Amino acid sequence: MIGSLLPLFVAIPLIAAGFLTIIGHRPRLHLVVMFAVITGALAGSIALVAALVGGRTYAHGVGSWGFGIAIPFVADMFSALMLVVTGLLAVVCVLFAVIAHRTMSRFFAPLILVLVGGVNGVLLTADLFNMFVFIEVMLLPSYGLFVLARYGEAPLGRIAGARLYVVLNLLTSTIFLIGVGFVYGTAGTVNMAELAGAAAEDSTVAIAGSLCLFALGIKAAIVPVHGWLAKAYPATSPAITALFSGLHTKVAIYGIYRIYAYMYDGDARWLWIGVLLFCATMLLGVLGAVGEKTTRSILAFHMVSQIGYIMLGIALFTEAGLAAGIFYLLHHMIVKASLFLSTGAIEVTYGSGKIGEVQGMAKREPILAAAFFVAALSLAGIPPFSGFVAKMSLIFAALDAGQIAAVVIMLVVSIITLLSMLKIWGGVFWGKEKFPETPPITAGSALATTQVAAQKKVGAALMAPAVILALVTLGLGLGAELLMSLSQTAAAGLLDPTSYIEAVMGS
Amino acid sequence: MTLAITAGILVAGAVYLLMRREMLLIILGFVLLSHAANLIIMAAGGASRREEPFGTPDDISVVADPLPQAFVLTAIVIAFAITIFMLVLAGTGTDTDNAEDGATDEDEPQPNESGTAEPSMSNEREEASA
Repeated sequence: MIGSLLPLFVAIPLIAAGFLTIIGHRPRLHLVVMFAVITGALAGSIALVAALVGGRTYAHGVGSWGFGIAIPFVADMFSALMLVVTGLLAVVCVLFAVIAHRTMSRFFAPLILVLVGGVNGVLLTADLFNMFVFIEVMLLPSYGLFVLARYGEAPLGRIAGARLYVVLNLLTSTIFLIGVGFVYGTAGTVNMAELAGAAAEDSTVAIAGSLCLFALGIKAAIVPVHGWLAKAYPATSPAITALFSGLHTKVAIYGIYRIYAYMYDGDARWLWIGVLLFCATMLLGVLGAVGEKTTRSILAFHMVSQIGYIMLGIALFTEAGLAAGIFYLLHHMIVKASLFLSTGAIEVTYGSGKIGEVQGMAKREPILAAAFFVAALSLAGIPPFSGFVAKMSLIFAALDAGQIAAVVIMLVVSIITLLSMLKIWGGVFWGKEKFPETPPITAGSALATTQVAAQKKVGAALMAPAVILALVTLGLGLGAELLMSLSQTAAAGLLDPTSYIEAVMGS
Repeated sequence: MTLAITAGILVAGAVYLLMRREMLLIILGFVLLSHAANLIIMAAGGASRREEPFGTPDDISVVADPLPQAFVLTAIVIAFAITIFMLVLAGTGTDTDNAEDGATDEDEPQPNESGTAEPSMSNEREEASA
């Protein structure tokens, strides 16, 4: 019964998006419908997590066709947790976007709804080709949002960023598609339940599947192929960077976890490749961050580094490792969005994200500074916050698996992370008050043209999203048992795909 | 084998075009690449069966696999949509369609239109030309 409701996670956002495009430009109605749908999706996914406690799996073959013919929608604890966190991020980041850019583009709400529908689709599908389609459903509105989010006009730098973003994503999608073609050619199916273990038994399927993993690896910005993210993400508006930081790369990570756990059955022969690449990702990502000069490009490089941490969970492939990786994934999505939103609020209000151009924010914006500080410490992994639990459990899991080198890199990278977080802190929040000379052109600070910079402040509504997420990371740090036990359920589902396969077959 | 050779030629052409400077050539490269992907998927259905999967065939063993055909049909429209968007992006922004314009390349001095550009981006650009 619950299974047959799963397609609604995709259907309702898409129907609402279609409805909003038909009724034309009515900004208030657009906002009401958009928030109703995305908060509804969040509530639905929280209910789904509650229904899944205990390691159950729900599945539904769309159209009620038999197993192997229908496209299956499956929800286990991993996808449900991802649904909750992506849902939360969508609500919070869209709230920020609406407040920061009051003159919204005409199609902002429909694009967000299609994006949410696409993300939900990728998380729930159990079919490789359908995953490709939903990734495209997620990406196409993203291209629009990338250039459109503010004013309905796009500056030159953003067009250049969009070109890079579109070209990169089309290339990886095509590689993924070719991989799916080869998987179909070698294994004869693209259904995840039928593919279970196929790549561990047959090396031709493993090569075919590795193309899919490679494509998802580019989308997740793993080290040899990470440069695009550091260039493209800072090029769009702050709200959209925050939104994308939680959705796109993380959905790719989810795909890698799923494919490697099921198709490859966690094949221990190839785990060393993962350990190597992901350690390099951690190290090079954070080194890139130290060298950057604007807050958003520092945070973009940090994202690369943290993706290395998350991915290490799958490269360990033990129950503790997977649980730590999943916990890290959920924690990191929240923290990263919080960081992008708090620095984004400053960028929107004061017009610059460059280190040293805006200073003294700690005194002027104490609440926002506190939110940034909490999220920064959590990112570096300091005790009261969720990052500590995530890093701690990952380090223990790596020790158990005997990956001493990985542990050393993790610890070293944490120090460098803290260093560059302090660089943002020192450059933006500390010191005497200082503002950029050129007035910002953002809609959120339309006042700027008439008033001097010294009279502006970040509004309560604009800082609320960052503060909410900072409180969530504090809550997850103090009450880590709850999310940890849910992550362990999710990890158990990846380690032993039996219930997943049975659910899909019975759907 | 013919399918493999054709796909190989298409991929080679695509890779060559993707390395070029002009956005339009890059887009043409993507057109070739998605052609190659579609051909590979058609080949994945088994190229030995050539009858069309239509109506009620007498002998099921000579009928082509319909599933890859549906895959390809879907992939074609997706690639088509993105190609259109890329063509629009190629025509927007600067007065040329050179892919290395703008903030994606810091090695070259950029045409500075920071009056319309977002402050953070114009900062990057100043930094690049400095």
